[in-house]
Amino acid sequence: MSPRSAVLAEQITARFDGRLQQVPSRTGELTYEVGKADLTEVARALRDESAFRFETLVDLCGVDYLGFGQAEWDTTTATGTGFSRAAVREVIVPDPAASFDPRRFAVVYHLLSISANQRLRLRVFTGSDNPPVLPSLVEVWQSADWYEREAFDLFGILFEGHPDLRRLLTDYGFIGHPFRKDFPVSGNVEVRYDPDKERVIYQPVSIEPRVLVPRTIRDDNRYLPDLKEGPARG
Amino acid sequence: MAEFQQFTLNFGPQHPAAHGVLRLVLEMDGEVIQKADPHVGLLHRGTEKLAETKPFNQSIGYMDRLDYVSMMCNEHGYVLAIEKLLGVVPPLRAQYIRVMFDEITRILNHLLWLGCHGLDIGAMTVFLYCFREREDLMDCYEAVSGTRMHATYYRPGGVYRDLPDSMPRYRDSRWRSSAEVKRMNETREGTLLDFVEAFTDRFPGCIDEYEALLTDNRIWKQRTVNIGVVTPERAMQLGFTGPMLRGSGIAWDLRKKQPYEVYSDLDFDIPVGVNGDCYDRYLVRMEELRQSNRIIRQCVQWLRANPGPVTVDDHKLVPPSREDMKGDMESLIHHFKLFTEGYTVPAGETYAAVEHPKGEFGVYLIADGANKPFRVKVRAPGFPHLAALDDMVRGHMLPDVVAVIGTQDIVFGEIDR
Repeated sequence: MSPRSAVLAEQITARFDGRLQQVPSRTGELTYEVGKADLTEVARALRDESAFRFETLVDLCGVDYLGFGQAEWDTTTATGTGFSRAAVREVIVPDPAASFDPRRFAVVYHLLSISANQRLRLRVFTGSDNPPVLPSLVEVWQSADWYEREAFDLFGILFEGHPDLRRLLTDYGFIGHPFRKDFPVSGNVEVRYDPDKERVIYQPVSIEPRVLVPRTIRDDNRYLPDLKEGPARG
Repeated sequence: MAEFQQFTLNFGPQHPAAHGVLRLVLEMDGEVIQKADPHVGLLHRGTEKLAETKPFNQSIGYMDRLDYVSMMCNEHGYVLAIEKLLGVVPPLRAQYIRVMFDEITRILNHLLWLGCHGLDIGAMTVFLYCFREREDLMDCYEAVSGTRMHATYYRPGGVYRDLPDSMPRYRDSRWRSSAEVKRMNETREGTLLDFVEAFTDRFPGCIDEYEALLTDNRIWKQRTVNIGVVTPERAMQLGFTGPMLRGSGIAWDLRKKQPYEVYSDLDFDIPVGVNGDCYDRYLVRMEELRQSNRIIRQCVQWLRANPGPVTVDDHKLVPPSREDMKGDMESLIHHFKLFTEGYTVPAGETYAAVEHPKGEFGVYLIADGANKPFRVKVRAPGFPHLAALDDMVRGHMLPDVVAVIGTQDIVFGEIDR
């Protein structure tokens, strides 16, 4: 961590006490976890107070932590039949009624202070609500407007107080939230022109999902365990 | 005929001034815009989701296709993020090559922007001039990577290969006399660096030509001065970066403020605007062309004098040479593992940003220790710019919308991702 980041970290600890939890980082970037209820107040303070002056919200994105740190191919232990050879993709069937793991959905805010030349990352977990809800930050940073629409579109995270929370990137009439980990990469429907009906129709996808390269986690001895960040799921 | 006063106008998605596939729903009062509602996503390909399903290196090519007029800068952001998590620093020569190509890319991007912006508001000639110079720079891309646009040239740990010793040449044909071909091949006899240097000798004169056509042009000024004014406070609030922010008078450039690669060793200036209108942003970008030219010249000098490796010597990350593979078991295994499985990146998260021609291009990468990223978020510079379109065009006339879209330098590959 650079000396200037260390100063900022101290100021944040002094100002917000225990409300911001610092997340350790091996790249020296400042990351804090914020509680959902504190978000708006913390954001305002970070923007307005002279110690911080984060005038710009550079980026906002949703993250779905479902399946974090899970591999498709076992590489550490050999069974009686040897290492596994084929990847078995677990099909995750979304359950619309269930409440979520409280550390499944998060929204990550990247702040930039142009006057102080500092960056800061905030992460807010949405809790177990289904659908996930967070307060909107459009009032604090105008640039949050489209970013929140995008996070809503792709992850289904609702932002309370957003003036115009519509889908942004997906098609008109799209169903589902495509960047959730339980949404298949090939999608659920495909479109084609139907010569009989003489119009474009939607039908279930005809592509088989397949894995070209299995997701593999290796405990590489170059990355010593004490340097590794713990998985974000606590 | 009935009198229309309040009405809604649909603009695009297939419209030459929409720079791709922008659909705008404009609420008009006569010819004055009351509200602009951009509908985007017509080019959404789910790049970030696709990147989650592929080993790290296989997504470099997707990055080219984001902002498809500044290809190598996109790769740069992605590659930097991976390198940051791996803790890898590429050799100095690779850093200079990257900086040189970043600046070539900046010129490519600004030339396309200038040509299209001019064409949008009525200046046909500039478009043809700009594409003439773009052709030479595309040839540099081709010489180094084999493709004119989607290069996939940057790799974690360096660049794919060293700069070539020869340039592709024109050949005699039915349409070109040998004298003409000889003239066109004049600067192509030497290495790529010779060609780039010859270009940088010529290019400031070309910029003077564009400026002669536009800078004091009465029509150009009528269409751009005081159009789409953004105050510095508003620009920061709206998340502007790059020339859009500098046009409003804020000297913010990641190459100076948060230098990456070798930018801190290079000599260049950051132009800023005063009024924050379309004309100032035009002037800022024109000056950036000159500054990029300056940076390229410095890189050429350095690269000439300092041969050396262009990738790290770590075959867990970079494939071994073809020659080694023939006789060395270890190299063969490394090659096999790299191309079937890829490399694993230690768990963690990082945000790497580069000063892309359009602004700050950032990649937020979350890794969980696997050979594929867990989440990639691409922070496209054009995204907050287009989001502010409503803010910028409110109260302007309909033709000014075209000028504002032009000044924002919109490319849908990066906005829709």
